[in-house]
Amino acid sequence: MAVPVFAPWDDPTQKPLIQFKGVTKRFGDFTAIDNQTLDIYTREFFALLGPSGCGKTTMMRMLAGFEQPTEGQIVIGGKDMKGVPPNEREVNMMFQSYALFPHLSVWENIAFGLRRMNQPKDVLEARVEEMLRLTRLTKFAKRKPHQISGGQRQRVALARSLARAPKLLLLDEPLGALDKKLREETQFELMDIQENTGTTFVIVTHDQEEAMTVASRIAVMDEGRVIQVATPSNIYEAPNSVYVADFIGDVNIIEGAAKRAGDGYDITWAEGVPPLHTRKEEGELISIPDGGKAYLAIRPEKVAIHTEKPQGMTNAVQGRIIDVAYLGNLSTYHVRLANGTMVRAQTANTRRLALRPFTWEDEVWLSWTDTAAILLAE
Amino acid sequence: MRKFSLVSVPYFWLLILFLVPFLIVLKISLSDTALAIPPYTPTLDLSEGWAGFKAFWSELDFENFVFLTEDALYWKAYLSSLQIAAISTTLALLVGFPIAYGMAQAPDEWRPTLMMLVILPFWTSFLIRVYSWIGILSTEGFLNQFLLWLGVIDTPLIIMNTKIAVYIGIVYTYLPFMILPIYSALEKLDGSLLEAAEDLGCTRTKAFWLITIPLSRPGIIAGCFLVFIPALGEFVIPSLLGGSETLMIGKVLWEEFFNNRDWPVASAVAVVLLAILIIPIILFQRNEQKQREAGK
Ligand SMILES: Nc1ncnc2c1ncn2[C@@H]1O[C@H](COP(=O)(O)OP(=O)(O)O)[C@@H](O)[C@H]1O
Ligand SMILES: [Mg+2]
Repeated sequence: MAVPVFAPWDDPTQKPLIQFKGVTKRFGDFTAIDNQTLDIYTREFFALLGPSGCGKTTMMRMLAGFEQPTEGQIVIGGKDMKGVPPNEREVNMMFQSYALFPHLSVWENIAFGLRRMNQPKDVLEARVEEMLRLTRLTKFAKRKPHQISGGQRQRVALARSLARAPKLLLLDEPLGALDKKLREETQFELMDIQENTGTTFVIVTHDQEEAMTVASRIAVMDEGRVIQVATPSNIYEAPNSVYVADFIGDVNIIEGAAKRAGDGYDITWAEGVPPLHTRKEEGELISIPDGGKAYLAIRPEKVAIHTEKPQGMTNAVQGRIIDVAYLGNLSTYHVRLANGTMVRAQTANTRRLALRPFTWEDEVWLSWTDTAAILLAE
Repeated sequence: MRKFSLVSVPYFWLLILFLVPFLIVLKISLSDTALAIPPYTPTLDLSEGWAGFKAFWSELDFENFVFLTEDALYWKAYLSSLQIAAISTTLALLVGFPIAYGMAQAPDEWRPTLMMLVILPFWTSFLIRVYSWIGILSTEGFLNQFLLWLGVIDTPLIIMNTKIAVYIGIVYTYLPFMILPIYSALEKLDGSLLEAAEDLGCTRTKAFWLITIPLSRPGIIAGCFLVFIPALGEFVIPSLLGGSETLMIGKVLWEEFFNNRDWPVASAVAVVLLAILIIPIILFQRNEQKQREAGK
């Protein structure tokens, strides 16, 4: 029996929790968000990923109600959010700076939002205790924010924003201030909490690994626009543009002219060498007019490296090793092709160092299968 | 040794500028009046050596302090001063807080200018500024003329020589001391805290009371003490604006010194005033201390 996959975005009967409909946000004459249309579904862990200044925080602030769209409409739970102030939205935000109230104890910080809900005292207290347990802060309940560590503060901020059991939780670079190990731990904690509470999370990050780890879907942004929205594996395996391919993980880009050939395309990329062939295992390739500009995006781990010209491979190119990056379990070879293009090939280090056949300045052959590369038009 | 001399410098100044004058005043307050120069006795005569010192010592007593409790004028003056200082401080807070708040909300590039405007009055003499209030508040003053011209009133208001004039004078004079500490607290306030409060269900007004006010409290307390402490001993403002109706201990002190030439009683009044002030000064110090600790 197949486990049902969580993919409400593929199900036309599902109604999105959040809808951006042609949203534009301008600050003066600067366009921070440009005609954005985007759907986010209930129980998603949705990641906004992009370089600094691309408008991620602005998106969040519009959801929270601190900024109003200049044009377009934001709908949450079927309700137009125009003019609804932050305190009347079932949305809570965990601030990039945490924004803990310095004059209140950890306990009171967490209780702050609950106190606005006019609950009976015992319900409120039980909820605060529950949040303290969830974020493992029970011991620190009486302390003030300046008396706890950065990681604990971040958990207080999380507990405080979760306490009101919002429909939607916004996390703006929540783990930015943590060191790598703590960050990874917290990522898994976040995923647990998200699963246990059933809250919809929208997380902002500029760390692609973080987005890949936690998210159900990722939106890659650039200069106020979402370039691609897809699951982490699709973003990685099937980016829709050079920008996305380059932003997520390591990639080789080979530029050339496309020509329809069989069930795929031949890409002419240099003089005097056979063209590279690419096709797709399933589904249709994008269509490019004959002679049109095309890019091949190939992940380094899909490039094999050989001393001799490999037989029976469609795509084989010759080059010289310029650099070897030894990463312990992996090695990355930087190879310069005849026309100057740099291609990286990654291999697992299954053999001991001395037995490996390649080193600097070696002439080598690189190859990849005809389905390994992704054909891109832009 | 170098460190010691560095630390001792401020204590040296404290000794010269505060402790020595205070001890002199304290000594005079324990003396008796005399028709002499200086107008009190005993004076210390070092030429007679140890015997002279003993004679000097035996003549000091608490008579003047006892006298202060016997004449109702004094405790009434103290009480009235406390009341006037408290009311003026409250008024200064009510006027000063919105100004400080407005300054903290103003765009960054305006703030130095606004700060300048608050400090600007200090550039002219305090005495002249208080005098000029007579021109504003008197029966034929600008205020009455203006209100008459507007038709709001048809007989001039009597403000001069009442407590109201004293309140106005004190609030006007000490307002910068109220504004500056509150402004400095509000300026440090992180705007995202207010957003967080709103996000957690507060209206803007509620967020103001729950976040802005508690976080500016050290500034409010500092401002209140900075107004209350000098207002309590204020002499110039009640003399010039308050007329004979206003009883304040600063005025009593002045009259004892210069009209009665009763230095010992005047000194006793001053010593008691200082004793009263020590309580708010200690509280003020505590507030500052706490703020420093919280800032760490
Ligand atoms: N209040 C504002 N006024 C003017 N420009 C702003 C304002 N807020 C954000 N911006 C601009 O909008 C762009 C996007 O900002 P932001 O959403 O904070 O980016 P990110 O969070 O992705 O780093 C930035 O260029 C920033 O300078
Ligand atoms: Mg940001």
